[in-house]
Amino acid sequence: MEQFIQQLVNGISLGSIYALIALGYTMVYGIVKLINFAHGDVFMVGAFIGFYSITILDLGFFPALLISMAACAIFGVLIERIAYKPLRNATRIAALITAIGVSLFIEYGTIYLRGAQPEAYPNDAVPLKSIELFGVKISGQSILILAVSIILMIVLQFIVHKTKIGKAMRAVSHDMDAARLMGINVNNTISATFAIGSALAGAAGVIFGMYYTKIDPLMGIIPGLKAFVAAVLGGIGMIPGAMVGGLLLGVIEALVSAVGGSLWRDAVAFVVLILILIFRPAGLFGKNVREKV
Amino acid sequence: MLKIKDINVYYGNIHALKGVSLDIQAGEIVTLIGANGAGKSTLLKTISGLLKPKSGEILFEGEHLAGKVPQTIVKRGISQVPEGRRVFANMSVEENLELGAYLRKDKSGIQEDFQKVYQLFPRLHERLKQQSGTLSGGEQQMLAMGRALMARPRLLLLDEPSMGLAPLLVKTIFRIIEEINQTGTTILLVEQNANMALSIADRAYVIETGKIVASGTAEELGESDQIRNAYLGGH
Repeated sequence: MEQFIQQLVNGISLGSIYALIALGYTMVYGIVKLINFAHGDVFMVGAFIGFYSITILDLGFFPALLISMAACAIFGVLIERIAYKPLRNATRIAALITAIGVSLFIEYGTIYLRGAQPEAYPNDAVPLKSIELFGVKISGQSILILAVSIILMIVLQFIVHKTKIGKAMRAVSHDMDAARLMGINVNNTISATFAIGSALAGAAGVIFGMYYTKIDPLMGIIPGLKAFVAAVLGGIGMIPGAMVGGLLLGVIEALVSAVGGSLWRDAVAFVVLILILIFRPAGLFGKNVREKV
Repeated sequence: MLKIKDINVYYGNIHALKGVSLDIQAGEIVTLIGANGAGKSTLLKTISGLLKPKSGEILFEGEHLAGKVPQTIVKRGISQVPEGRRVFANMSVEENLELGAYLRKDKSGIQEDFQKVYQLFPRLHERLKQQSGTLSGGEQQMLAMGRALMARPRLLLLDEPSMGLAPLLVKTIFRIIEEINQTGTTILLVEQNANMALSIADRAYVIETGKIVASGTAEELGESDQIRNAYLGGH
């Protein structure tokens, strides 16, 4: 039982990382209908920026987190402006293939710049004690990951629902031309979406580094794909779906490990993808919204 | 107020507007009637900046607007109620109205306009928190109109406001269009329902396959045999 709860806690920590990455996938898909396969690599870049902020600039965890988020936001906007914007009216497959190209470019560009060797994240950036709860030891890092994720998700909900730019984002994702008729600058709104999604991926990169301690230039591939599965699981385009999908996927993986199937962890994520595509392709939160005309 | 001179608009190779010219004086209701595919919506989209004319001029209060982005055009005082309403179905009635005032910063003015919209459309006030996708067609039309008014336009473009509505509701909508006009908003009304449109308009233009083929006061056109046969059911 104790071990079960321990695994559940691990699953929630891992799941909140998936959720943070999945949010970027789902927001970008919601607005430009593009699966941004380079998103996992933004996550990787975020992990490295956090790493260098802590080791070279000698910063603490929180400043490193903020720097990584800001840098990834700018990086995300650059990717969109340079690679995707010229293809806004092209076929979707052209944009999708471009996204794969951008992904490879970032991965191997990073290897070219700094080599392929992994780095060990300094795990003393935050001095945290683990606490005991009902006889279960919960590491301080798990709590930190969960707390940071929850705060970021609350901030995101606030931005999307209460601010002007958030309302513009929802309007553009629903009907681009109607949004233009309101005077909304569609290009800036799309850039803002990429900025926010990429900042969340950057944050996920830093907390991933803290938790798993090892980072390398290809580390974004598997978490990126799993976050994509999480986004589809929740219903792509739906922000709450990405949160729930991420947490659910993390917990499923952890439970599979708990029953002794650690080697199946990665496979399970894709089994989930296949099952959801067969039985509920719109995702858990997706519904066929009926609109009266 | 609005002067369109000889504009040509293309969709790829298709020549959708062929040298269209049109004039609107401040305070008027002008209607543009024509069959499906004649180019009515294309003209409105071009005025709003969603489409760019290949040649020709659009002058609004003396300022050139052809080729400007929609943002600039809304800011200058032209709003559009698009065909099919195009409300943001995933958002509440209130949020839709807020988006109508997206470019404005005068908070007190925006509050005033909320009140004006509620006066014109009490139904919207009752449903402020409701998702607009769940409104009836008539309510969505009202919302689309209220949303456009939130920009405080001096010229309001209406694209087929009667489409898909029951006759009684069409009457209500047209009465409200007249009310909006009486408060000083100039109106360009695109309609297939030519009878209704001519009944409230001061002047009218008839468009056929991308060309203006007739124009005059609403009475003149209403009496012309050619127009009656083509657009008013021949009675």
